[in-house]
Formats: sequence, structure tokens, C-alpha cells
Amino acid sequence: MNAPYLLPAMLALAVGTYALRWTGPALRHRLRLSARTIHLLDTGALILLAALVATATLPTGSGELGIALPAGVAVGGILAWRRAPLLVAVLAAATTTAVLRLIGMH
Amino acid sequence: MRSIWRTLDKGTAAAVAAACCAVGLFGVSYGASTIAAGFPVWMPIVMAVTVLAGGSELLFFGIVAAGGSPLAAVVAGLLLNARHLPYGLSAPEVFGSGWRRALGIHVLNDESVAFATAPGDQDRKRAAYWACGIGVALCWPLGAALGAGLGSLVPDTSALGLDAVFPVILLALILPALRDRATLRPVLVGAALAVVVAPFVPAGLPVLIALGGLVFALRPPQPTRTEPVAA
Repeated sequence: MNAPYLLPAMLALAVGTYALRWTGPALRHRLRLSARTIHLLDTGALILLAALVATATLPTGSGELGIALPAGVAVGGILAWRRAPLLVAVLAAATTTAVLRLIGMH
Repeated sequence: MRSIWRTLDKGTAAAVAAACCAVGLFGVSYGASTIAAGFPVWMPIVMAVTVLAGGSELLFFGIVAAGGSPLAAVVAGLLLNARHLPYGLSAPEVFGSGWRRALGIHVLNDESVAFATAPGDQDRKRAAYWACGIGVALCWPLGAALGAGLGSLVPDTSALGLDAVFPVILLALILPALRDRATLRPVLVGAALAVVVAPFVPAGLPVLIALGGLVFALRPPQPTRTEPVAA
């Protein structure tokens, strides 16, 4: 694979991503935020993460939506809710998904 | 640095280790699939170190491998990474100062932010953020290098159910904060929004659109109402 401009593109993605990471803390450093704004920002981070969980679990954009992945995530989520260690929740989720796929429930 | 390890409790340290292991395994799969698409071995490794945002790297190589222009690949990757801006805005002051700050900003990612959202005092948040951030910054490129070296020997990760691991890690880390009903409502609305719009907009936008759920966090919660939250 030797597309033209591949190296500048890689550099641009690295620099651009760093700039995206840098902007948030830099803004926050300069602004004087009320407790209410900080609460909203905290909630914003949770929304982003939850939305990432939801779109990774129900990949409606990809067109192939099966039961194995959501079922695995649900098992892991329930275990985590019941305060199981992260490793246990993760292993249970992967195992559930793998077994469901093995028996053909995609 | 040593104070990070002293501040971490056992449960958090184990969770960080589990998250880093999972990231390393993804890295193996990423390295192998990028090599299989015909890229030289050093490329996924350099990207893993310098970009350090797995989804965007996979998307970048995927677009170029499919014949898309590198410019389109950069734009798509940056759009997918746009969530790091609000992450940084939301994160408490965990980044440190001086030269450490430069590194602390680079290790901002989904997992490290999720660790920083867990309830606890500032020292604990900072320790968990850094431990996870450094761990991911090491495990992701190492995994990519291993995968690039092994190439086609790497098994199909979806058969192993590894794609269920990433959402479960993030879910487990944000659950403690979601036990608060007033927080749960905007989060559920946001997540639902993201799933609904996902088929219609480019990758990266759904989670930003999910921030619309914040309107449900604008009003202070009314303590007198006790009706159950609709599922």
C-alpha cells in the first residue's frame, strides 16, 4: 500500500488529534466555571461515554445487527451493576458473545 | 510518578490492568488487520504511538485501503476523534503541569476519561487517569507491533467476542455515576439519540449529537417527584 500523501496524512491525523485533546483542558484552564457548569461538563463526559457504549453495542450504522454482541454487553453490564470485578464482567461478556456466535446466533 | 501507584486502591489497579489487557488485545488485531491490508509493518505502530486513538487509526487505514484519498481518511479520523475536545473540557484537573502536561494530554482517551469520571477525590481520579492513560499508551502500540509481526497468525477477534469488551469496560466505569437518577436521564436520552442517528451520519458525529441529552440536565432535579424513570 503506497498511496500518495500517506505520510503527511498520518502526521495530520496525529497533530490534529493532539490539538483536539489539548483544546479542552486549555479552555477549562482559562475559564472560570461555576459549580453548575462543572456539573454539566461532568454529565457531558458521561453522555459521550454512554453514547459510545450504545453505538458500539448496537452498530445500527453497519447494517449487520445481531443478538450476540448486545447480549454479551448486557451480561457484562449486569455483572458490573452488581459490582462484580471488571475482569469478571469483561470475561463474561466476551464469553457470552463468543458462545452465541459459535452456535450460530449472529 | 510513584505517588500514582500508592494512591490507587487494589480494585482500581485491577480494573486498569484489565482495561489495558483488552486494549493490548485490540492492538494485536489492529496491527494484524492493517498488515493484511498491505501497509508496511511500521505504519500501524507509528500511528499507535502518535495518534493513540484506536478507532480513528482503524478508520484511517480502512479508508485508504479501500481506495479513499488520504485527505478523506484524515477528515474521517479527526471527526471520530472530535469527542476528545469535550472530554478534555469535562475532565477534572488531572493533567498536571509543565512537561508532564504535554504527556497527560496525549494519554486522554475513552478509557482514561472513564476512570476519571468514577466518583472519588481528586487524587484518586488523577491516579486512575494516569495509570490507565500510561497503560493504554504502552499496551496499544505493543499490541499493534505484536499483531503486525504475527500477521495472519492472529485469530479472528470477533469469533472470540472481543468486540463486547470495549463497551463493557466503559459501561462498568460509568455505572457508579449513573446510579444517580438525575444523571441517568440525560445520559439515557443521549445514548438513545446516538443510536437513532448512527445510520445517517458519519462515524464520530453520533456521540456528539448525543450531547443534546444535556438539555435534560439543565433543570435542577425536582426532589418531590418520585415516579420511576422510564426504561
